[in-house]
Amino acid sequence: METFNFLDKIIGESILSAVLSALLPLIFLIVYALIAILGELKISAWIQERLGPMRTGPYGILQPIAEVVKLLQKEDIVPTNANRLLFNLAPFVMFTGAFAGFAVIPFSPAFAPAHINLGLYYIFAVGAFAVIGIVMGGWASNNKYSLLGAMRSASQMISYEIPGALVVLTAAVLANSLDLQEISLAQSGPFWNWFLFGGPGPWTKIWVIPFTLLLSLIFMITSLAETNRTPFDIPEGESELVGGYHTEYSGMKFAMFFFAEYANMFIVASVLTIVFLGGWNSPFGEFMSGYFWGVFWFTSKAMFIVFLQIWLRWTLPRVRVDQLMFLGWKVLLPFALVCFIVLSLYRILY
Amino acid sequence: MLVEIVFWTFAVLIVLSALVAVLSKNVIYSVFALLFTFFGVAGIYVLLNADFIAITQILIYIGGILVLLIFGVMLTSNITSVDIRSGQIGVFHTFWAGLISLLVIAGISYIALSTNWATSSSHSEQKATIETIGNSLLTNYLLAFESSSVLLLIAIIGAALIARRK
Repeated sequence: METFNFLDKIIGESILSAVLSALLPLIFLIVYALIAILGELKISAWIQERLGPMRTGPYGILQPIAEVVKLLQKEDIVPTNANRLLFNLAPFVMFTGAFAGFAVIPFSPAFAPAHINLGLYYIFAVGAFAVIGIVMGGWASNNKYSLLGAMRSASQMISYEIPGALVVLTAAVLANSLDLQEISLAQSGPFWNWFLFGGPGPWTKIWVIPFTLLLSLIFMITSLAETNRTPFDIPEGESELVGGYHTEYSGMKFAMFFFAEYANMFIVASVLTIVFLGGWNSPFGEFMSGYFWGVFWFTSKAMFIVFLQIWLRWTLPRVRVDQLMFLGWKVLLPFALVCFIVLSLYRILY
Repeated sequence: MLVEIVFWTFAVLIVLSALVAVLSKNVIYSVFALLFTFFGVAGIYVLLNADFIAITQILIYIGGILVLLIFGVMLTSNITSVDIRSGQIGVFHTFWAGLISLLVIAGISYIALSTNWATSSSHSEQKATIETIGNSLLTNYLLAFESSSVLLLIAIIGAALIARRK
């Protein structure tokens, strides 16, 4: 069988290669989080016609490091009436769930930390840990704002899992697999072979392109809701709930919630990349494709989606709870169902 | 060797967290202990090469049932300040609970020991279990599959009916 992990090839399948396979995404995650924090600070500043951080390093590019150092040396406060055990456990559960998703992401044709057949399903399932972590933290804080935020977050994430699941199901129908590497392989070739444009096939596939475009839009919206990002950040709406489920958290534990949110952003961005944007495939077919170009294309596509998420956060206002539920159940779900049926029909016909 | 270490880690995790879930006086601890029980069971499924069931375990039990349980417990304790600790139980209850538990343990042990399990080599080649599952669901087990979907439909209609009633 062809191996999908270059570490297994170099040092053989051993404990060492397993540990290294787990460490590489962690290192990537730390670097990515620093870049994303800087991106958030700078992009928000540019959108609001400010300069953003300018003092730490040239153009303030060292600002995220300063932020991390600041968070590390802050006092760790546990509220007196909080449930100490669950309060301390919640950030770890949250981060475990976020990091577990990285286990199956194919960064390149030669590297996915764990190659399992059900990668897409797996990523979807471990998202459940985020709900548990949020609810655990919100309940243990013993604060009504935290509890309200946690309840909102749980109901929102569960509601938006359903249209998200339909999109994932459609992707599985199109690629005939749940394996993230095989989904990427199915879209090899130039960019019009991506599932965003209906997948590989003769030019007669044109009539499904509106449906796949709509489907990717639906997934983008549900992914924003599942990561609690604006315009769906009502679980932590500052103006009404102070900070939602992480109101009472400070220092490193707050940083872990924050870190987990950024990790989740990257995971949904990479799922969107793999399912609709061809994963590690080069947009020009054979040109600029290979193992290292794969890493380049994958990260740049995923980072572009992260950029879109940040862009939307600073341009759109927050939706109300009823609008959120309306959008999830009465708009996204029927449209996703229609797309699912049409694309299944297309798969049967061609 | 490595497999054994992983197995015993998960086995200890399951037993300890299940004991916390049963013996804890505080219901919220029981609920969160179930998180680790479900997670450990998923780990055991992975060791048995049943990847689809393992992921389904996480999705259904942790993502669905546990969240539902937490909702129920949360809404009763911190908001209404009702004491949700489980109280003392009498000798009568202890006797019957113990008897039934012993019978269940005896039954499961008998089945586990007397069945001739079809075991495969531990490192059989990876093939997509989901294809096999899908094929058998739509051929040999179609009736069970369809009747479970009817059950879900009934549940949805019931929920809608309860929610509609003013």
